[in-house]
Amino acid sequence: MSKSIDQAFVHAKQWLLSWLAGSPGWVVQVASILINIFMLLAVFLTLFALISVLERKILARMQNRYGPNRVGPFGLFQPIADGIKMLIKEDIVPARADKIVHFLAPVLIAAVAILTLGVIPYGRNMTPFTIDGGILFFFAVGSATELAVFMAGWGSNNKFSMLGAMRAIAQMFSYELPLIISVLPVVMVVGSLTPDRIVAAQAGYTFGLVPRWFAFTPWGAAAFILFSVSGLVESNRTPFDVPEGESEIVAGHMTEYSGFKYATFFMAEYIGMFAVSGLATTLFLGGWHAPARILEIIPSYVWFLVKLGALLFVYIWVRGTLPRTRIDQMMNFAWKFMLPMAFTCIVAAAVWHYASRGLRGWLWSLVVIAVVYTALSILLDTKRKFAPRVYRFAE
Amino acid sequence: MSSAAFVIISIFTLAAALAAATLRKLMHAALSFAVALVGIAAFFFLLGAEFVGLALVFIYIGAVAVLIVFTILLTRRHAGKDRGFNWSGVAIAVAVFGGLTWSIVKTQSLSIVAPHVPALTVKRIGQALMTSYVWPLQCVGLLLTAALIGALVLVMEEKR
Amino acid sequence: MTPTLQVFLIVSAALFSIGLLAALSRRHAIFILIGIEMMLTAANLNFIAFWRFSPPAQQPVGVMIAIFSIAIAAAEAAVGLAMVIAVYRHYRTTNVDQLDQLKG
Repeated sequence: MSKSIDQAFVHAKQWLLSWLAGSPGWVVQVASILINIFMLLAVFLTLFALISVLERKILARMQNRYGPNRVGPFGLFQPIADGIKMLIKEDIVPARADKIVHFLAPVLIAAVAILTLGVIPYGRNMTPFTIDGGILFFFAVGSATELAVFMAGWGSNNKFSMLGAMRAIAQMFSYELPLIISVLPVVMVVGSLTPDRIVAAQAGYTFGLVPRWFAFTPWGAAAFILFSVSGLVESNRTPFDVPEGESEIVAGHMTEYSGFKYATFFMAEYIGMFAVSGLATTLFLGGWHAPARILEIIPSYVWFLVKLGALLFVYIWVRGTLPRTRIDQMMNFAWKFMLPMAFTCIVAAAVWHYASRGLRGWLWSLVVIAVVYTALSILLDTKRKFAPRVYRFAE
Repeated sequence: MSSAAFVIISIFTLAAALAAATLRKLMHAALSFAVALVGIAAFFFLLGAEFVGLALVFIYIGAVAVLIVFTILLTRRHAGKDRGFNWSGVAIAVAVFGGLTWSIVKTQSLSIVAPHVPALTVKRIGQALMTSYVWPLQCVGLLLTAALIGALVLVMEEKR
Repeated sequence: MTPTLQVFLIVSAALFSIGLLAALSRRHAIFILIGIEMMLTAANLNFIAFWRFSPPAQQPVGVMIAIFSIAIAAAEAAVGLAMVIAVYRHYRTTNVDQLDQLKG
């Protein structure tokens, strides 16, 4: 019973495809791809609408207010109202803008964000696009975001847009290194770039109790934290929303966008966040695996969504808690702390592998990470730099 | 390997490449270059070299294209437009294309259909890189480091 | 009907010629770089095509050469663009036909 619920979507797709039984092979192939695309868009656009209102409500609760509660029950129809508002707004294109580039930037950024969703396994046998090298695909396609942001900044022909785009690209480039290098230990340990294999490698339980997720090994935990922080930067969210800091440069590269194009940017940002969280779930949190053997009766895609939701909640929580960082602090953090730590994760994973992958390896890799972490904190002298600022003239 | 996909990709790639070579506005040319690279990556996918296609997209669109647009941004003073067009270059390019095509068409041994080869997995590429190609790999690493430092030294502020 | 090796080579030759066109007939240094990069990728396409159309071998040599050539092209682009910026700082121009200080 639980197995058939688990495979419900897979069976439904096969049933739909059985209607095309007599047609040539390529028709079935195209239909299969179209069904995948349709499902991906349907699920993630709904999730986008849901998260956009939930984020406002959670943030509001953190700030002692109610948040949107006028449209529909608990304000849940707020995204529909927002969508209608965005659609009927005037679409303004600056007179001196580079019209083609200005138009193509939101298209490219949304297309890239949606493409990256394709390689993530959402459940047992539920990967929309299986490719040998899916992780590389994710980053290869995702790297086009930088070009899209630049196009938005350049095409608008506006100083704020250009500055925002420069900042965005600077921070994306700097944090792409720790993002990718923190994935390498997982790839190394599994010996594959295919997301399905990585999820399969995290099946089972140690002592029949603790799931074998990579987040429960010292190197995996460190890499997971590095990956999540870098992912936060890549999706331009607070506390790393320097490129669109409204108190400094209006809205960064989105300054000259209005109406539906702005909504597209907004959507791409959220979908990028879903993609990064989904990849973090796949790489470190065991993908669609259940956290305990008893809980395996709950379908795999539910577990994936639960983990994704938990990560998204942490992202919203961080946004509600931390103020915006300064760009120089961010750059220093990326190059002086994140990158060495990411390299350390590779070494720690190798130590873990060669010390039998058991308890001994666990302890040794913990030692490696702890030593490098302490050395880095002493070298960088974090206490002096991040101490509360002394106001000499304010009192 | 279907010919419909081949025709579509080649028209797409060559059109984008031609746009990159001839468009007046620098920024448009650089973006067309990125589009042409996507086309070439599609060729690699068609030929079964998925890893190389992904690496091409990753390196060229994620890094080289962004570098090019950044350079355009940093060096625009005269409205970023190209001044002249050297027509003798067109003649040379057409002559080279004619010569190459003539020699390719004349060579009979080239009109072969692809044999059936097992799919090239990333694992096999990785094993090859780490066994027989380990020296070239290290040399490329050294070269990239040298290029990184060299590029930094070149663009550093000059002391007067 | 499947495409033969010949048509791949012709496409690659066309790409090479377009790169040559950009490198020879434009005066802006960045266009020349774009042309050179295009010629390099055309060569890569040739390597991959020859690898695919040759009988299966022990090592995927064509693919390896393409990977190394992509890495070298990236290094070349970085140094080339740094040179463009350095030249621009000196002469306030990026048109290569104006860089004629050594002309007698």
